[in-house]
Amino acid sequence: MFKKHQITQTPIPMLPLDELKPGDKATICLIQGTTVEEALLMEMGLLPGTAVELIKRAPLGDPLELRVRRYHLSIRRSEAHAILVKILPDPSTINQ
Amino acid sequence: MSQPIPIEISTQYTDVALIGNPNTGKTSIFNALTGLRQKVGNYPGVTVEKKTGTILGPNGEQIRLHDLPGLYSLTPKSMDEEIAREVLLGDSDQELDIRLIVVVADAANLNRNLYLVTQVIDLGIPIIVALNMMDSAKSEGVDIDVEALSDRLDVPVVPVIASRQYGLDHLHQTMFAQVKAPKTRKEAGTLTLDASVNDPLTPVIDWLGEHTHLTASAQTAEALRVVSSDLALESWRNGHYPEACKNDLEVAIQTTRNHLEEKEIPWRMLEAKLRYEQIDDLYEHTVRENPAAAQNLSIRLDRVFTHRIAGPMIVLALFALIFQTVFSWAEGPMDAIEGGVGAIGEYVVTQMPGGMLQSLIVDGIIAGVGAVLVFLPQILFLFFFLALIEDTGYMARVAFLMDRLMKSLGLSGRSVIPLLSSFACAIPGIMATRTIASWKDRLVTIMIAPLMSCSARLPVYILMIGAFIPDTPVLGVFSMAGVTLLAMYLLGITGAIGAALVFKWFFMPDAPSTTFIMELPPYRRPSLRWVFLQMYERAKVFITDAGQIILAISIVLWFLASYPQSEDYDTTAARDRIQQSYAGQLGHFIEPAIAPLGFDWKLGIGLITSFAAREVLVSTLATIYNVEEADETSVDLRVALQNETDPVTGESVYTPLVAVSLMVFFVFACQCMATVAIVKRETNSWRWPIIMILYMTTMAYVASFVVYQGGRFFGFG
Repeated sequence: MFKKHQITQTPIPMLPLDELKPGDKATICLIQGTTVEEALLMEMGLLPGTAVELIKRAPLGDPLELRVRRYHLSIRRSEAHAILVKILPDPSTINQ
Repeated sequence: MSQPIPIEISTQYTDVALIGNPNTGKTSIFNALTGLRQKVGNYPGVTVEKKTGTILGPNGEQIRLHDLPGLYSLTPKSMDEEIAREVLLGDSDQELDIRLIVVVADAANLNRNLYLVTQVIDLGIPIIVALNMMDSAKSEGVDIDVEALSDRLDVPVVPVIASRQYGLDHLHQTMFAQVKAPKTRKEAGTLTLDASVNDPLTPVIDWLGEHTHLTASAQTAEALRVVSSDLALESWRNGHYPEACKNDLEVAIQTTRNHLEEKEIPWRMLEAKLRYEQIDDLYEHTVRENPAAAQNLSIRLDRVFTHRIAGPMIVLALFALIFQTVFSWAEGPMDAIEGGVGAIGEYVVTQMPGGMLQSLIVDGIIAGVGAVLVFLPQILFLFFFLALIEDTGYMARVAFLMDRLMKSLGLSGRSVIPLLSSFACAIPGIMATRTIASWKDRLVTIMIAPLMSCSARLPVYILMIGAFIPDTPVLGVFSMAGVTLLAMYLLGITGAIGAALVFKWFFMPDAPSTTFIMELPPYRRPSLRWVFLQMYERAKVFITDAGQIILAISIVLWFLASYPQSEDYDTTAARDRIQQSYAGQLGHFIEPAIAPLGFDWKLGIGLITSFAAREVLVSTLATIYNVEEADETSVDLRVALQNETDPVTGESVYTPLVAVSLMVFFVFACQCMATVAIVKRETNSWRWPIIMILYMTTMAYVASFVVYQGGRFFGFG
């Protein structure tokens, strides 16, 4: 387990959204992808700074179910791969 | 009719558009407001469904309400969104003069819904926000200050619970009040733009001001939209403007983007960023969320329904149950329709003199109407279940579970339900493809749906298996007959997979790879009213649009089977009549072509007449072999087929190999005029049904050829 001061000092690395584990909460940093994907995602409210949670993966590992802005969204791994996020520190870890 | 509904320009009507995100209950509101006063057709030249209904006002005035396709924004990403955009921006072939827009928003999901709401407000057309599903919002701990929201947006906001008919009177009144005396907003648009963004937009705003009738706020919003994404530019490029004029727009956009880049403002999707900043602020001031409210029911249900093992098993079990129910429910009504049509035909026979006119009326027209009606029970019952699946929100879960499998065919999870439905009957399956957003995906799904072995193939399989496939045990528990039947189903699926790959990669190599960004809406209690309307609507479309084509083909087939007329028509046996007819002659004519498949001219007649529907093969063979009252389980017909010998060689004409070859032919061949008719209706052209007939017949021919010649080579038959 990290100690509190380590978390605040270590810069949190960015990773593609599809590498989150179910239950992970993260903040979106960057959206790439094709013009259509980019437009669809951003208009559905996935923007830099938006909080997102990975709820689950479909039986064959693809697509993914996300929760964003109080609603649920299904998105393929390839599409999720083009979204870079930072994992929010788990509050229970911070409090230790 | 599949023709576009003519738009009569009339002063009695006010055109009002109804729009909203998908899954907001927009269609429920449309149905509640218009009742059955609806017309369903297609927008001119495209396959987007056009629904229009009439609403009567307190003083006899009328509103013509246009239900636009569900969309997330005015940036066009699909044909649906392009059409909605054309109608709302008034720059279109649609010739509608929209005076009021009712935008439906999901109260439980207001933040994201406000994106479209603010975009629509900025069009500068009078607007009403219908805030639907207030009850769900409340139970999920979302408390909306409707008055504050209305004040801040400066437009009327009407809270509604469409499923319980709550708030609809208020909406109705507000609509007519707004039509009579439109309320203007104090400020033009919802977007407050810094000078750093607004100034660079000037060249694009100027272009829009010069070339369009957009209001000032709409010009600013649209300018921001075309600068933010090339998708909006694409739709202007497709507009009716001279080339030089379009180039001016592109130059203006490039100038704006350069300016923004100089100021280090990223222009990509700038509209989304700016709008959501303002939406988040608005939301914070008008909505309170209580995180302690009851845990989301949908999340708990999905622990089972989208579970990695239970989820797919539930899908399969559910569809097995649906098929079982559809078959057992539809059987009685189908028999009754066939019996009723037969009785009417017999009655007509007793009431009018024999001859060709009687034959035309009884065997051509009445039988043709029967051929249309007999599909209704299956369509109605299947759509009962499909509408339930859609309305509860389960359809999106099926798509979620199955997407990975369909992705390998170049399709998405959205194609699963239409394809599964096609195992019962391809017609409702093809009609169910409307839920597929991507046109390319939808087209491929339509093209392969008839390869799923439908219930009409069963009589052919059962007759052939019963007559020629021995019931010998295979691996102890199975029988040769059962294994053969299963093989036919698997062959159909294999053919569909191959066809999907060929269509996707050969005919549409430039098609963008399918995206699968799909909302998983919360589970909702289904509305039976909506379900029944859905059944009524599909049945109506089938009868009016497909029915005409089916009736016309029936009459052509009747003609082929009845002419040329022999002089002693009434004394000629039915067997001899069909052998002397054009159909009989055609059977002889195609015999050289079908001989390599193992078929003689009698089966040739069957192939021609069974274009009406696959099961007609059985009754045609019964006529040719003079077997009375035969169906697929008739022993007489089986024996007649088994005993048929070649007059020259004395060998059996029908061997088990011929039976297998014939079944394989029926797995692939497009022997169903109702399918052809519905594909014409759903694709709004004859091009795709013709391609379908050609490719399926080719596939059937090649497959039967391989089976028969291969079988002979290896010494079977």
